[in-house]
Amino acid sequence: MATIAAEPLAERRRAAFVRSAAARVGMLLLVLAVLWGFWEGYRWLWIREGWTWPFVVDSTTMPHIHDILQALFRRPTSGTGDILLVQLLHATWFTAKEALVGFALGATFGFLLGVGLSQWRLLQRGLLPYVVASQTVPILAVAPIVVIYLGSLHVAPWFSVAVIASYLTFFPVTINTLRGLQSTDRRALELMRSYAAGPISVLWKLRIPAALPYIFSALKVSATASIVGAIIGEAPSSIQDGLGGFIVNFNQYYSLNPENLWATNLIAALLGIAFFLVIVGAEAIVVRRAPEHVA
Amino acid sequence: MSVVTIEGVTKTFDGGTTALEGIELAIEEREFVSLIGPSGCGKSTLLRIIGDLIRPTAGTVRVNGKPAAQARADRDYGIVFQDAVLYDWRTIARNISLPLELARWNRRRRGERVQEMLRLVELSGFESHYPWQLSGGMQQRVSIARALSFDPALLLMDEPFGALDEMTRERLNLELLRIWEASGSTIVFVTHSITEAVFLSTRVVVMSPRPGRISDVIEIDLPQPRTAATREEPRFFELVTRVREALHLGSDHDRDLTAPRTAEAPS
Amino acid sequence: MSIAPVAVQPIPRGTLAGRVGKRALDWVPALVVLVLVLVVWQESIAVFHIKKFLAPQPTAIASTFWTNRHELISAGWFTFQEALGGFAIGCGLALVVALVLARWRGVGRALMPYMIAANAIPIIAFAPIMNAWFDPFSKFSKMAIAAVLCFFPVLVNTLRGLTSVRPQSIELMQSYAAGEIETFRRVRIPTALPFIFTSLKIATVLAMIGAIVGEYFGGAFTALGVLIDSRSTTFQFKEAWAGIAVACAYGIAFYLAVALLERLTLRGMPSTGD
Repeated sequence: MATIAAEPLAERRRAAFVRSAAARVGMLLLVLAVLWGFWEGYRWLWIREGWTWPFVVDSTTMPHIHDILQALFRRPTSGTGDILLVQLLHATWFTAKEALVGFALGATFGFLLGVGLSQWRLLQRGLLPYVVASQTVPILAVAPIVVIYLGSLHVAPWFSVAVIASYLTFFPVTINTLRGLQSTDRRALELMRSYAAGPISVLWKLRIPAALPYIFSALKVSATASIVGAIIGEAPSSIQDGLGGFIVNFNQYYSLNPENLWATNLIAALLGIAFFLVIVGAEAIVVRRAPEHVA
Repeated sequence: MSVVTIEGVTKTFDGGTTALEGIELAIEEREFVSLIGPSGCGKSTLLRIIGDLIRPTAGTVRVNGKPAAQARADRDYGIVFQDAVLYDWRTIARNISLPLELARWNRRRRGERVQEMLRLVELSGFESHYPWQLSGGMQQRVSIARALSFDPALLLMDEPFGALDEMTRERLNLELLRIWEASGSTIVFVTHSITEAVFLSTRVVVMSPRPGRISDVIEIDLPQPRTAATREEPRFFELVTRVREALHLGSDHDRDLTAPRTAEAPS
Repeated sequence: MSIAPVAVQPIPRGTLAGRVGKRALDWVPALVVLVLVLVVWQESIAVFHIKKFLAPQPTAIASTFWTNRHELISAGWFTFQEALGGFAIGCGLALVVALVLARWRGVGRALMPYMIAANAIPIIAFAPIMNAWFDPFSKFSKMAIAAVLCFFPVLVNTLRGLTSVRPQSIELMQSYAAGEIETFRRVRIPTALPFIFTSLKIATVLAMIGAIVGEYFGGAFTALGVLIDSRSTTFQFKEAWAGIAVACAYGIAFYLAVALLERLTLRGMPSTGD
């Protein structure tokens, strides 16, 4: 009987990885170069022609990219202290911790809530509208109140920010967990019925594994949301040590040193992307699925 | 004692369609019974009623001497669908061991049985593969291995080879007969294909639609074990013709087509 | 698959009153929850001696809202306009770019990872820069923030929807010698609609967040975010909470408007959640 050639999984993956790695690095460098060129080109043209729409272009509104990069290696406060890059890395670590804890809390809560909503229809009808509405509460306004209140319970400020971060994190996870659990293949459910499997077995062995792609899709969004939540939580709460504090600070002195704020944004962007890539990596390990066949 | 006893089973769905009416059937141990009929005759519904996946509106079904619901709870049967329904996130080995996990077998026993089953369906060596790395025919063999893994007395199969090409189908038919012989189980097999039904079965149950009814039961007296050569014997063709005629008789649609034609110039 | 076919019958409609009644019944559990929460909130402030400034009683917030309703509602409207403008610009641009990238799929596929990465950037850090680019007192600076926040999620999801068509559907269109535009109109766009609406619903929330966060870094005094912030810093917490409630109300209304539009457009097609 002719055996269909099916190579072991590991070998195939390794080969594909090596092949595409080089291509991807090349593409990345190309995109960065194009973006750099676009920025400098736009800047040069607008200054030369003196155009003021959509906004005036000068060294304050659009500093040179090399100025922004150089600012990373200068001291923001003249003379003393570390160079900006080091300070930002400390701040990033501070914010990242808050975001990570918030992410863990929010994702766990979101997942459990999603499971609960999927199992009990009444709970879903009663709570889902509020889950959705919860995201319309302006976090920025509520953040200082949360920090003060938890502070009176002797909770460290950074943890309060983590709680705020978890508030933005749980929502996508809840919605997608619910959707994933509800969209299990009917035939697979029938099969479980034929095995006289109880509802817990069905949940654990079928529904949840089948929902993992949905859940990871939400986790990718949540990763960013947790960082946004952490930054938003820090800003009005006068927490100086994190990225939010730096952004508020550099915003005040923007006209003097615009590069500092841009440099901070650059680091914040890298943090967001890094966190995102961690989730993508985790997904590749946890979720084994057939490659999609779509056009 | 019959493995399956069906008495007076009727099934009406919401909306008024009568899928099955007054079905009476007894299936003995080690039989291979095919259910065949046109679309809408209720054969898949009947299969699911035997498996307690659908409850009949009237009548009783006993499997292994117990009510169908009890038989399902006791895991007395395995089921194979047209779609292999393998879990993408489990390896082949773990897919086969799924019912064993649910039956709380310990790990060593599960491992041994999985190896045994892979040998039975001739897929040894594919334990660590994933379903999407296998062809359709191989996936179905895994599905059969899984259905037999806990040694059920009864195997229910709903057009398992329907999505495969003819050559693979004929090969898998021989495979199935070998597995049937080796495992000693009873098989109820739903199919669209007349030749497949005759080739595989000891009895063919012909059904007709609107409402779903058994219109004929035909004994297949071809010698066992059957081989590829069996398909070329005269008796095979006779039986195929008999089944075809029974199908046409049972079907309203074909009854109208075989009505005598009015004036039409012969060419 | 020869499952006995159920006779195809029209879905029993019933009277209009009957259908509305059934719909209303679905909302009863949510209303029960709302009432319960409000009651618990009202009572526990007194019982647990929670400082009134942190979470004033619902009745206090309601009466404060009523006293200041004109100011609050118009401030909310001001901020809502910023969010709406940003929403329109951001989503509109995203849809156009998505269509272009779906048309030239090579470019789209190559850029997809970068757009997903851009989606991962906490764009909220750019809020202060938008205030530097545009007059912080004008609505446009906040619209810009809201637009940037909406752009990438809508782009990524729309593109995913446009390109997740089954190959057979495309082949079918090709067999009809249908051009690219026809294929888009009849196959890709309808396939993408559920994805688009999901991302639009998310965008409503993002637009509001963008507008209010933008105002925190500097905005007109007639804006809701500025109002809430200034009331907070001057310890007028009842007014601040009233402002928060108004912000929620506008946000929910915005979301429901898009959800309604979705229901009208996608009659019968699967949606997500509410």
